[in-house]
Amino acid sequence: MPETETMTKVFARPRSLTEKRFTYCPGCHHGLITRILGSTIDKLGIQERTVVVAPVGCAVFAYEWFRCDGIQAAHGRAAAVATGLKRANPELVVLSYQGDGDLAAIGTAETVHAANRGEAITVIFVNNQIYGMTGGQMAPTTLDGQPTTSSPQGRDPATMGHPLRVAEMIAALEAPMYVTRQSLYDAKHITQATKAVEKALRYQVERRGYSLVEIVANCPTGWKMPPVKANEHIAATVTGVFPLGDLVDRG
Amino acid sequence: MRQLMTGNEAMAEGAIRAGCRAYFGYPITPQNEILEYMAAHLPQAGGAFVQAESEVAAINMCYGASAAGVRTMTSSSSPGISLKLEGISYLAGADLPCVIVNVMRGGPGLGNIAPAQGDYFQATKGGGHGDYRLIVLAPSTVQESAELVGLAFDLSDRYRVPAMILADGMLGQMMEPVALPPHRDPATLPPKPWALTGAKGREPNYIASFALDPKDLRELNLRRHERYREIADREVRWEEVETGDAEVLLVAYGTMGRIAKTVVRRARGEGLRVGLLRPITLWPFPYEPIRALAERVRAVLTVELSAGQMWEDVRLAVEGRCPTPFYGEMGGVVPTPDEVLQEVKRLA
Repeated sequence: MPETETMTKVFARPRSLTEKRFTYCPGCHHGLITRILGSTIDKLGIQERTVVVAPVGCAVFAYEWFRCDGIQAAHGRAAAVATGLKRANPELVVLSYQGDGDLAAIGTAETVHAANRGEAITVIFVNNQIYGMTGGQMAPTTLDGQPTTSSPQGRDPATMGHPLRVAEMIAALEAPMYVTRQSLYDAKHITQATKAVEKALRYQVERRGYSLVEIVANCPTGWKMPPVKANEHIAATVTGVFPLGDLVDRG
Repeated sequence: MRQLMTGNEAMAEGAIRAGCRAYFGYPITPQNEILEYMAAHLPQAGGAFVQAESEVAAINMCYGASAAGVRTMTSSSSPGISLKLEGISYLAGADLPCVIVNVMRGGPGLGNIAPAQGDYFQATKGGGHGDYRLIVLAPSTVQESAELVGLAFDLSDRYRVPAMILADGMLGQMMEPVALPPHRDPATLPPKPWALTGAKGREPNYIASFALDPKDLRELNLRRHERYREIADREVRWEEVETGDAEVLLVAYGTMGRIAKTVVRRARGEGLRVGLLRPITLWPFPYEPIRALAERVRAVLTVELSAGQMWEDVRLAVEGRCPTPFYGEMGGVVPTPDEVLQEVKRLA
């Protein structure tokens, strides 16, 4: 018997992802997050009603990577675009995918008010503490003392403020159904983050309301660290500033 | 049956009757009645109403709702429209229909809340970034306000170009009897196969104003500009009053166009051969009809509530065929018909 007949396919590209090649750097968590989303959309069987809202930033092409309807939003406005989509057609499952510059700097108002209205959308917030696409400038989430191209001496809290804790901000509101902070620095945390993404999307499918999944991610290129070291840095340092876990679960 | 309404209310009701089922706005005088009317009436019509956290958010909610295939509208007044320009550029770049109402007030900056026409450049020459156009309609009565909103939705959907209603504080606040247009069922409107309705039984639809490769972006722009040319060829609208034997032609739009009608009547009463061309579409602009009239009048007088913005288009139309004087007021000052008549008499 030829050997191939005994082989079983146990790992495949999620059906909800297209064949289009990612534009992310090697070792970057964005690719992993996209994959988690694709497999979760598959698992929940919602590919035919999901709309992906892509931000401006490293994920600007996100709308093309999903075999779902997709739209590219202006910088920071994804939560408002998602609001418009969902209010116009409540049958859609609306997924807003945003980075920290997009969601927590230029889009702070849209982020907070969509959450406060309890829009029935799912926000995936990729917090990698840096502006990746524009070349590594300081983000609202950049750690105290962290050097970036626009804070070459390190972030000085006296003049630049401290890192913004978005999940805690959103958790202070009454409307959100589910607010959590996850990470991907090892297999255990990837599994936990996958469960969190599934819960957030499931709550939307079940018409419960707004969810935010903040994912503490790496940026090997922007941080100038090899991927393994970047993951160790998240475990040792970044999660001290951005503690992991569920902040709100009203489901 | 005619109903007594303000211009703002007529635009809101006209939008609902045209099948608008998603409105997003933010309070600003002198257009608050549109927001309030929509809050009271749109949900009853089965539509979505959200008072947004900003004009920026409101226009981006329109971007989302339009992408979902629903007729959507926002309204604001001059400073708020400035905030919407980013979103308007994205709507234009993504070929999304949308109706934007600007009830203009005095500017620049915070200005005041009195009627003005200082946003003509912003509305007709792009406003936001990039090579784009808006279809711009300028009502001059409450009746026309109700009707042009419906036309704006139809044109915006047909050409996938955002449309703006350029009104002003006078028009928004004045009350007149209106014969409202009939209700249209959104289900009977032409389908939008490009809309984001879920990729069920079809390949995914993507909506973006983004193309990294210069050749791709050029192609998108060229195709859009073909549609702009088609609009310029087919959709120019204007009204002429007593132009047949006119020796002096007034060109004025909106509230100023309405005042100019009184000027023409009074001038005729005094035996002066004065006519009016009132552009209804500011883009596409009625260059040809103005050019034709410029061949046979002694002067074309542009009258605006600005320092002379539409005036530039009038001069482009006339191209030196006759003198093109200008009379305008700014800062929310509205000239009386007699003040304009004095200017006309100097030319007649």
